[in-house]
Amino acid sequence: MSEHNPSGRPTGSDAGEEQAVAAAPPGETGVSGGHGPTHREHERPTVLHQILSGSALMSVLAVVLALLIGGFLIAFADQDVREASGYFFARPTDTLSATWTSMTEAYIAMFRGSVFDWRADTFAGMVKPFTESMVFSIPLILAGLGIAVGFRAGLFNIGAQGQIIVGAIVAAWLGFHFDLPPVIHLLVAILGGLIGGAVWGGIPGVLKARFGANEVIVTIMLNYIAVYLITYILKQPAFNPGRTGQRSPAIAADATYPLLVPQWLWPGNGFRLHWGFVVAILATVLVWWLMERSTVGFEIRAVGANPAAARTAGMSVGRTTIITMVIAGALAGLAAGGQVMGTERSLTAGVAASFGFDAITVALLGRSRPWGTFFAGLLFGALKAGGFLMQSLTATPIDIVLVVQSLIVLLIAAPPLVRSIFRLPDPGRPRRRRAAPATTEATA
Amino acid sequence: MSTATESQQPATPSDQVDDVTRTRPRVSVKTAVVYALAALVTIVAWVLNTPADVRTNFQFGSGTDLFRIPNAPVPSLVTLVVLVLVMVAGLVLAVLRYRQRRPVPGWVHVVVGVAFVLAFLTYVGAGKSTVIPMVSLLAGALALSVPLVFGAMSGVICERSGIINIAIEGQLLFGAFAAAVVASAAGSGYVGLLAAPVAGAMVGAALAWFSVSFRVNQIIVGVVLNTLIIGLTGFLFATLLSDNKALWNTRMPLPRLPIPGLSQIPVIGPVLFNQTILIYLMYVIVVLLQFMLFRSRWGLRTRAVGEHPRAADTVGIKVNPRRVWNTILGGAVAGLGGAFFTVGSGLAFGREMSAGQGYIALAAMILGKWNPKGAVAAALLFGFSKNLGNVLSTIGSGVPSEILLMLPYVITIFAVAGFVGRVRPPAAEGTPYTKS
Repeated sequence: MSEHNPSGRPTGSDAGEEQAVAAAPPGETGVSGGHGPTHREHERPTVLHQILSGSALMSVLAVVLALLIGGFLIAFADQDVREASGYFFARPTDTLSATWTSMTEAYIAMFRGSVFDWRADTFAGMVKPFTESMVFSIPLILAGLGIAVGFRAGLFNIGAQGQIIVGAIVAAWLGFHFDLPPVIHLLVAILGGLIGGAVWGGIPGVLKARFGANEVIVTIMLNYIAVYLITYILKQPAFNPGRTGQRSPAIAADATYPLLVPQWLWPGNGFRLHWGFVVAILATVLVWWLMERSTVGFEIRAVGANPAAARTAGMSVGRTTIITMVIAGALAGLAAGGQVMGTERSLTAGVAASFGFDAITVALLGRSRPWGTFFAGLLFGALKAGGFLMQSLTATPIDIVLVVQSLIVLLIAAPPLVRSIFRLPDPGRPRRRRAAPATTEATA
Repeated sequence: MSTATESQQPATPSDQVDDVTRTRPRVSVKTAVVYALAALVTIVAWVLNTPADVRTNFQFGSGTDLFRIPNAPVPSLVTLVVLVLVMVAGLVLAVLRYRQRRPVPGWVHVVVGVAFVLAFLTYVGAGKSTVIPMVSLLAGALALSVPLVFGAMSGVICERSGIINIAIEGQLLFGAFAAAVVASAAGSGYVGLLAAPVAGAMVGAALAWFSVSFRVNQIIVGVVLNTLIIGLTGFLFATLLSDNKALWNTRMPLPRLPIPGLSQIPVIGPVLFNQTILIYLMYVIVVLLQFMLFRSRWGLRTRAVGEHPRAADTVGIKVNPRRVWNTILGGAVAGLGGAFFTVGSGLAFGREMSAGQGYIALAAMILGKWNPKGAVAAALLFGFSKNLGNVLSTIGSGVPSEILLMLPYVITIFAVAGFVGRVRPPAAEGTPYTKS
């Protein structure tokens, strides 16, 4: 039923192909439509032209622009600025300087909270913000990788949130309920979280492959089901020793991720950074290998680029869909493990926070490439960590981070917009037709 | 009704004869199986567990009726058996229809579904002193469905023209925000009601701008716009709105406008006809959209642009402008729906108060097969099951409330996976159009 279905294929596939174009690198888009010749038309662009139209510069400009817009929003909401703007025409410099002050204050606080705090007493305290950024980035990177894998297959997986929650439930249960030898316990808990996430991710995969169910809808629904599931589970006696329904028993010490910088190595460092970050790096490498070097990865990319062609080439689109979703879920499950065994050290109602949704923007910013996702996760982790200090120091609500994040992704997705704002050359102009933005974009 | 249903899906059966013979009976036998399951569950789980001598107390009155309706204590077991018989009758009909290779008419689904829900309520209330409050159950269900209906209508308008509207959530939230702020500043809920669609249309315009002009993937734009609006409204809520709550975020409820006569009909009167103007607008929009989409030039062109933009272009329909305007219109409709969260329910604005309803509206639209009528039915189903979960958790049904609250989502998954049959989105959905 799923394989040999004539024409009227259910939704996903259209969105999928488009997705692949927007999120896939040039190699993949080359599979679906012949962009090869068009590149040859302007064979040797100048180096300057290449840099100015490259995606790295575009990403930097997008970040700068988003921060700038965010800054104006911060200034707009600032009482001093509004008061000064009341007499703008009498003394415009007041408004401008107030705007400048409120913008820089907020961003300096954000920098101190996420990269380096020069006002801290000890060197450990100065570096701590960066380790905090890394802590926040762990779930973002891992779940982002899962979503990125889905994008490459043309699947829009909104369900990382639910996959994290279910993975967290399993990991936490294995973590506090059992008594196992040190290293094995941690591995079992990690594996449990991974399987929990994989099962939750596999459901939409199977439903799409077998029945053509739209994965966007199914993953959204599974998110809600997971939210009610965790509320229910946290009320069960085994999970609820404090009768609060908010927090499970603490994870056994054997099953927690050890701190990356232990106290004996650097006394009094106070870092929360744990081995989950190493897991995130390993996962990035693994996903890179999987996507770029393995048969499975090739099939995933082929299905994402053009399901019909992949089917003609003898690949099972359904099987690839299921595999992709299981991998995506497993990665989200790893993210859950990092939260439960590393950062939170017990199962809480808000264990997934909004990581599942933020991870979508992370994967988008990373253009669905493993290392791109890694650094995007690091950036958004830094924005999150910095946002907290900014909120407490300058009373700028942390919501501004969401605004900046989404502006970054929007701007990066629309290179022509950024180009026209900064008046940069358009690499696609020599061509007759305006190509899809992402294909020109991904060249560098 | 049947003619309308046929005219809505002209393409599927006619051009693929094979498909007709293969898919139709499969859909029908599914219906029969589901009916049989419903009857079986009722018998095994509820009929057999209900003692013969207890009663279930249904409350039909609401206080605003023309005359007081007494509570109706009915013998539980007898009621259950009658409802099982109704379900069995539906089953027989479904089987007969299946053997004739004809689909089961829609009203049978409704009857069997209502019988199943009533059976559940009868079982839950059996032998309890608490009443089953029918009016508040239905009124609450309608209230919970309102944003879903508006959102789903927005989805239909956009997606029928080929733009995937994931940004319903953002449109609802921005509409809610604008309605609250403007109403509060102007001191009238009605002014807020004017601002809401403008805010929603702005989000729709951004969606259209990015997806048509820059050809960015529509799902990406939608998701990102949602995040943007959540961040933006949350930011302004924590700064501007909190700095001067009296000016910017005072509650401005819309007054209820009972329709004389109609509002005094027992049960449905207070539920349907004692509402704010927003709900009446919703009735109008739904009916108008159902009519316009399938009976007007605008609808024909919209559907053409969504199904086969090249063909539409060939006959002179401007594809991209049509998509842009439809997306803006859809955004306005969703924005109006967002007003329900604030002025429509008499609440002040709160952070992220749309709480994912936009995504549910999207699911309702898909469940309703991209038809206004179906989308409304799905939205009402969601609203009802959610409210049922809420009401039952206060009555106390033995089933944990979380499990009940999960139900609508589980049902949706089943529905998307096959019970509603193959759902077919507009063919050109999500694909940007370039004139060649």
